[in-house]
Amino acid sequence: MTAAVSAHRRWKYLPQYLAIAPFFVLFAIFGVYPVGYSLWLSLQRWNGVSEMKFVGLANFRFLLTDTAFWDAIGNTLLIWVMSTIPMLVLSMLVALGLNSSVRHKGFLRVAYFLPNVTSIVAMSLVFGSFFSSEFGVLNWFLGLVGVDPVQWLTDPWAIRIAISLMIIWRWTGYNAIILLAGLQALPQDVYEAAKLDGAGPVQTFFRVTLPLLRPVLLFSVVMSAIGGLQIFTESQILLGDRGGPEGAGMTMVLYFYNTAFADNDFGYGAAIAWGIFVVVVLFSILNWRLVQRPARGGEK
Amino acid sequence: MNRTAKPGTLLTYGAMVVGALITLFPYYQLAVMASNTTADIYSSPPTFWFGGHLFENIGEVFAKIDFFGSLLNTLVVAIATTVLVLFFDSLAAFTFAKYDFPGSNVLFGILLATFVVPTQLAAIPQFDLMAKFGLVGSLNALIIPAAANAFGIFWMRQYARGAISDEVLEAARVDGAGFFRTYLSVGLPVLRPALAFLGIFTFVNAWNDYLWPLVVLIDSNHTTLQVALSQLNGLYLQDYAVVMAGTLVAIVPLVIVFLFGARHFIRNIAAGAVKG
Repeated sequence: MTAAVSAHRRWKYLPQYLAIAPFFVLFAIFGVYPVGYSLWLSLQRWNGVSEMKFVGLANFRFLLTDTAFWDAIGNTLLIWVMSTIPMLVLSMLVALGLNSSVRHKGFLRVAYFLPNVTSIVAMSLVFGSFFSSEFGVLNWFLGLVGVDPVQWLTDPWAIRIAISLMIIWRWTGYNAIILLAGLQALPQDVYEAAKLDGAGPVQTFFRVTLPLLRPVLLFSVVMSAIGGLQIFTESQILLGDRGGPEGAGMTMVLYFYNTAFADNDFGYGAAIAWGIFVVVVLFSILNWRLVQRPARGGEK
Repeated sequence: MNRTAKPGTLLTYGAMVVGALITLFPYYQLAVMASNTTADIYSSPPTFWFGGHLFENIGEVFAKIDFFGSLLNTLVVAIATTVLVLFFDSLAAFTFAKYDFPGSNVLFGILLATFVVPTQLAAIPQFDLMAKFGLVGSLNALIIPAAANAFGIFWMRQYARGAISDEVLEAARVDGAGFFRTYLSVGLPVLRPALAFLGIFTFVNAWNDYLWPLVVLIDSNHTTLQVALSQLNGLYLQDYAVVMAGTLVAIVPLVIVFLFGARHFIRNIAAGAVKG
């Protein structure tokens, strides 16, 4: 191809390049540049106002021994496990219910989904009142069945359960809708075969439905991992910037927010952000291997 | 489906309704708390029925924070973001779906790779950038970075690939329609269902966004609703009825907007997960 033709070719596609340009321009300014700059920042001591001071890898050396950061990782993963497992079980039950021949499906679907689009700030305030140890409705309900009042916002384990409950409330309907779509896409002939073989409903669920649903289930797990590692608002509203007593509700992102924007420690904040990035990447690789395990060729 | 309900079906129905009621209980209790006095809320046993103080509490909210200012700011941000995202994302998605130009695959690959970048990695430099642009405290700091996004382009491209037929594009070309003309007259009408979904999705997220507005609208007398709510809670923690009234009026507009498009929206959430 001659230079003239190639120039012509390039001009020919100018409208297409312009059409996709906005995203790439914005990403260059608000994505590429900031990520590069944050790497530079992580090597500095800087409060955002005074002169930057180059400190080399000191921030990262401190990060590796910073128990507060490791605790935040631990809390985040604990809350993720404590919320994701019950949430998936509940989502599965709701999805099976919606897939059966119940009435008012339209209403039920919207009712279960609504929490997902409601402001986390708003609902954290509402749940905060539920968790009040003396006057909260949760302890009152527990009292009805003979359970002693729980110190929801002061006991470290109760704090993690409280945050997990809010996540479960928010995401059960969303995942139920996804699992429902998976259920509806399953081939019907397998069920007829199972029926002919005399399999009961429970056996059919564990032997047929669950294995066939695996890709959709994994999608839910991956999505909840991406979201779960970013937990911030529930903790911050419920417990404040410090994550409550013993920092039991201190998550990775809350620790980052605290360091960078409450304490104005931008250099160390940038190092924490890179630390979170590493955790997210490791977690993603783990998830990805989980997804890839049944070797299926062809499609990516 | 048979009309005579089997006992198993009835049991399932009952369980589903109870689950839905538990899910909706926080909304109900929010309305109960917002219509009672703080003393009524902090009573044992708790109040489970509406009181007569709703308007008095809402009046208190309006006196304590600039609710309408925050509402207006939130609306401006949510609407501006949604309009920009719908335009830029659909244009890019249409292009990636239907045109093969040098570098298109590589560029789309780069676009997918941007999903990996966690938001907090960019947060401090973004704040610094906004300070340099003089945009700290300005709504533009929320709108501009959010004006186009990888998720929307990716999602809409999937839709556009199947929905827009090559024959129609070819016919438009033969008729002498340029690229942009084709996007407007062929692409956009076909993409309408996808636009409706992405529109609601973007609006809801912009409305509920908290961390970035909290950071970048610092020292500002105009905030968004979410930040105003958090401030109301911080300042008037003892005045629980007022905080709940503020919470109620802050979620009602969005819940109404959502209910209008709920069925369509939920269908698309599901479709995206199974196909994508």
